[in-house]
Amino acid sequence: MSILSIRQCTKRFGGLVAVKDLNMALNPGDLYGLIGPNGAGKTTVFNLITGVYTPDEGAIELDGRAIQGRKPSTIAKQGMSRTFQNIRLFKSMTVLENVLASSHMHRKQGMFDAIVRTRPLKNEEAEIRTAGMELLKIFGLDKRAHELASNLPYGSQRRLEIVRALATKPKVLLLDEPAAGMNPQEAIDLMHLIQFCRDKFHLTILLVEHNMKVVMGVCEKIQVIDYGETIALGSPKEIRDDPRVIEAYLGGA
Amino acid sequence: MKKGIFWILALAILALLQSGLQGYIGAYYYQIVIFVGINIILAVSLNLINGTTGQFSIGHAGFYAVGAYTSASLLYYGEPTFRGWISFLPHSAQDVVLLLFGLLAAALAAGFAGLLVGIPSLRLRGDYLAIVTLGFGEIIRVLILNINAVGAARGFLGIPEFSNFFWVYLFALITVVVVHNLVNSSYGRAFISIRDDEIAAEAMGIDTTRFKVMSFVISSMFAGIAGGLFAHFTAFLSPNTFQFTTSFYLIIMIVVGGMGSIEGAILGAILITVILEAFREFGAFRFVNFAVLLVLVMLFRPQGIVGSWSLFRKAGAR
Repeated sequence: MSILSIRQCTKRFGGLVAVKDLNMALNPGDLYGLIGPNGAGKTTVFNLITGVYTPDEGAIELDGRAIQGRKPSTIAKQGMSRTFQNIRLFKSMTVLENVLASSHMHRKQGMFDAIVRTRPLKNEEAEIRTAGMELLKIFGLDKRAHELASNLPYGSQRRLEIVRALATKPKVLLLDEPAAGMNPQEAIDLMHLIQFCRDKFHLTILLVEHNMKVVMGVCEKIQVIDYGETIALGSPKEIRDDPRVIEAYLGGA
Repeated sequence: MKKGIFWILALAILALLQSGLQGYIGAYYYQIVIFVGINIILAVSLNLINGTTGQFSIGHAGFYAVGAYTSASLLYYGEPTFRGWISFLPHSAQDVVLLLFGLLAAALAAGFAGLLVGIPSLRLRGDYLAIVTLGFGEIIRVLILNINAVGAARGFLGIPEFSNFFWVYLFALITVVVVHNLVNSSYGRAFISIRDDEIAAEAMGIDTTRFKVMSFVISSMFAGIAGGLFAHFTAFLSPNTFQFTTSFYLIIMIVVGGMGSIEGAILGAILITVILEAFREFGAFRFVNFAVLLVLVMLFRPQGIVGSWSLFRKAGAR
């Protein structure tokens, strides 16, 4: 039983077919790579899964429930979280506040408690604060918890995006080029961290990445798309030797 | 426990000032103090939607008008009936009950108007709210101009006088406390996340439409309360009070004070109200002050006089 499945999904923008008859199936605990040349439709796939776009045809299921056409916030509440290729942190908030903001949907106290500042609300606030700090600590951001998110260096902002996504307590985590702009060592450290989180939080991870070394090193299963269509699917070794993948990346001979 | 002491102390100070203030500073200055208080309620509430949630509303005077005329007409026409219901109370206590009843109706009516305006315009991303609220404010004013039962263009005379310094500042205090607690809670983080990045907020499970409407309705409700307090203080309402310029002054208040800062909104409300009064003899020329003030603020302190500094908020306390 797959936790995230895409069946025969198509998305068109006017005359352009961005994604065509795409199939994908992630099993619980998978670390699944989605790769493809520039403009292959990777980010469109992400936006379809997270509800930013609605597919023209096909079905998407998260944990057995159809999610196509739902609002992104509804899908997030059902256990999907993501990071963004172009960092989208809450800039006027501190690092910790960014993490707290994404745990909002798990709050139990209502608005009245917030206005009157009741005891249960204060306790709840203290709890999510502690949980947020613990998450930040895993990613080495706890020392800068009270700085503005926009003041962090680039690599730390990318890691904070992951922490913020984890704070929603997702079942499925979508990472859109998490290692973009990092040097090779940083990228490798990050990949180990992602593996660690997958095991610790029992996550299923879908990863889009340009950095081949990273994808090959960390993912167990890789799907290659080009012009919105799947051209290869398999283990890193199978992908590396696939002539169609080589052609898509390097051009035909 | 601490909360109880705070409110008892606040009530005592307000009651003390109420008993002596008017006699000490005279009727003219007393009236200015009242208008400052009402403008604080309006500016702090407008700041919740414009500053904290980042949705630009330019029709706050419309909700102010809805509250003012709702409470005024309700108590103008219903006073004898309502007094009949609570005739077992002493007369002064009846006044209090009537005022609170009027303000409740004002808040509900303005909140409902906010819901009607907010649901269609806040579902979209962008500046639709500004356009719709601009239209709404004018529609309300034109409606009032054509309703004879509330005096139409002649103005609404003979509204019962229940409101005074005590009530205006009590509600100003309530507004500040409610908005402050809300902004510094999980709800406030949701509002601010929408201002900072709507797409990311939505992806983190925050239903942006719902929270934008929520923030807008709360903001409208407080504008309604301000309207009720105003109506029962001046005992006279004119549609001219609720022109577009009133909405515009409120925006100047929060821009000059500092968008998103409660202290800024309070400071802006005091500053603009006082400037308007101090230069009254110059007639229309006093509006030049606002142009100069805005240019100076934009040049030297674009984040507003107070900016993001907060008196009550420790770093990272949100």
